[in-house]
Amino acid sequence: MTKYRYQGTGYAAWASVLDQYPPAHLLALFFQMLRIRRVEEAIESRYHEDEMKTPIHLVIGQEASAVGVCGLLSSRDLVYCGHRTHGVYLAKGGDLNAMLSEFYCRANGCVGSKGGSMHLLDKSVGMAGSSAIVAGIVPIATGAALTAYMRNESWVSTVFFGDAATEEGALWESLNFAALKRLPIIYVCENNYFSVCTPLSQRQPEVDIFRKAESFGLVSTVVDGTNVLAVHDAMTKALNRARSGQGPSFIETRAYRWRGHGGAGDDSSSGYRDPDEVKLWQEHCPVESFSKFLTQHNILQGSRRQAMETRIDEEVNAAFASAISSLPPTEVDLYKHVYSE
Amino acid sequence: MPWADALIQSQSQSQSRSLTSQVEGRVLSYVDALNEALALALDLDPNVFVLGQGVNDPSAMFGVTRQLEQRFGAKRVFDTPLSEEGLTGICTGAAMTGLRPVYLHNRPDFFLLAFNQIVNHAAKIHYMDNGQTNVPLVMWAAIGRGWGSGAQHSQAIQGLLLTVPGLRILMPSTPYDAKGLMLSAIADNNPVLIFEHRWLMKQTGFVPEGLYKVAIGDAVYRQRGDDITIVGSSHALHIAIEAMNRINDETISADIISADIIDLRSIKPLDKHLIIESTRKTGRILIVDTGWAMGGVCAEIGCLIAETCPESLRHPVRRIGLPDVPTPAGFTLEQFYYPTAEKMAAVITEMCG
Repeated sequence: MTKYRYQGTGYAAWASVLDQYPPAHLLALFFQMLRIRRVEEAIESRYHEDEMKTPIHLVIGQEASAVGVCGLLSSRDLVYCGHRTHGVYLAKGGDLNAMLSEFYCRANGCVGSKGGSMHLLDKSVGMAGSSAIVAGIVPIATGAALTAYMRNESWVSTVFFGDAATEEGALWESLNFAALKRLPIIYVCENNYFSVCTPLSQRQPEVDIFRKAESFGLVSTVVDGTNVLAVHDAMTKALNRARSGQGPSFIETRAYRWRGHGGAGDDSSSGYRDPDEVKLWQEHCPVESFSKFLTQHNILQGSRRQAMETRIDEEVNAAFASAISSLPPTEVDLYKHVYSE
Repeated sequence: MPWADALIQSQSQSQSRSLTSQVEGRVLSYVDALNEALALALDLDPNVFVLGQGVNDPSAMFGVTRQLEQRFGAKRVFDTPLSEEGLTGICTGAAMTGLRPVYLHNRPDFFLLAFNQIVNHAAKIHYMDNGQTNVPLVMWAAIGRGWGSGAQHSQAIQGLLLTVPGLRILMPSTPYDAKGLMLSAIADNNPVLIFEHRWLMKQTGFVPEGLYKVAIGDAVYRQRGDDITIVGSSHALHIAIEAMNRINDETISADIISADIIDLRSIKPLDKHLIIESTRKTGRILIVDTGWAMGGVCAEIGCLIAETCPESLRHPVRRIGLPDVPTPAGFTLEQFYYPTAEKMAAVITEMCG
């Protein structure tokens, strides 16, 4: 039995406003989603080799959320996320070589093999932090917004977390404080309906997550998390509020996790969800639905799509080769950076 | 960073490893020393801010934050929602992006609500980020005792945190150190926890004006002697000094016991050198702590001696901390619970007998 169905309306409503977006920007959004998808597929295809000795939490099916949000941010704006890091890291511009080196436990990993896949970081582009403790990063991102507020600076903080993070007290403590101080922060709840194998219905009563955030005094909205323009539009409004001192916003994006909580492949045959449910969501693929829309409006041509695929394929292969050929850390590295001087 | 320059210039006033209690000069209360440290830090560096439940109350956190909001504004000195975990994470995030939060709590018992952020995040972020991020965060609380403080308002939980890599833990015992360690903590680029003791706050002592720091990780001899080494910190050390006074006031001169009394000031990092140096000389060591004896500061130093200089011991290591029992609330039970100078004197006399 399918429990969670796609509730969106696709791209039909966006045709009339499409001319508001520069074609190059639309293509960039598409490229980012496609790139994340192909990176995830490549990781998945090699994971069985057991050379990437790190847990993986694939974002396949949810790419539109990170891309729609990060597509509006500059490198001065800081982004934080939970354990499902890959999409956010790449969408913010994080270095792919350093990411894969981290997965392969190499010294030149983005955090020197001290964080692993659940702790990706690239400070040069504002990918500022992540935590493997659910909701643990939410107050930290809120603290970054406090810095911007205290210094009267114009950058904003954005934090991504899953639906289960809204079951942690620290998240609501953060929302309360952010609303109290009118901090420049955007909370992005990527609701994929599952916490590992436990459906939302077994964890929360039927109250929309964004409504709870609204009751804390945040401007809140829910959007189709498979639709990059819907996410983009909600983020545009949230960003305007944050940059003009109007305080925090909350965006709930609803999209489905095609793969298991962790590891490679779809695990729906294990019985916690209906395999048909996965198939139904795959009809609303964030990458292909946007591809179809752009193609219909002559923004994306087949040749350009193919050029993108080729470019990504080359980049990904080179990044894997770079990671695999990189050196592991030494015992000396173990003891570095316990304390800051 | 204005911190480094300002502090290095005033290092001449630092008295690491000297007998600070004998220095003459301006006398200040413990609370005023802390208040002065916070005011100096706020004045010196716009990145410093002070927060905590009740920092702008009429009672001003025992007086420690008196007039700070008026002097430095409500944006930099502010009361908080009760959210201990959330606010600790918020302070961590602010510290990671360049601010220097000083988060004050009435009691260390409230740190327990924030363990996820202290232990899972603040302590580890510098390491997990491979050195790319610093967390210059100060968390401060005063250990309570008596008048019904009981199991949830008097816990000295420093031992619980001793095993967490990435933290620094300070336990001052004099107004001089309270100010100097607070300034060092704010200047430090790591998360620093300061465990004050409520019963020390009425004492007065020599406190220089202006900026100075007490080096984190440097213990100090409070008394010098030959018969026994007594090592500890905070209020436990005051009891030890009282115990020694009691012994030597009551004994005839020929039987006077002389002790090296070492004030740790910092329990993480631990000044192993001073502890070992003194123990090798005296051959006897008594470790005292305001926390539970089991698995904490007492146990760690006992193990240090067992690993480094057991051959120098003329008497087995002894420790005096709290029994493996929650703090009782009532007055009578408390009298059985806390170590007293009398009980400590008996142990010292027995060890040196």
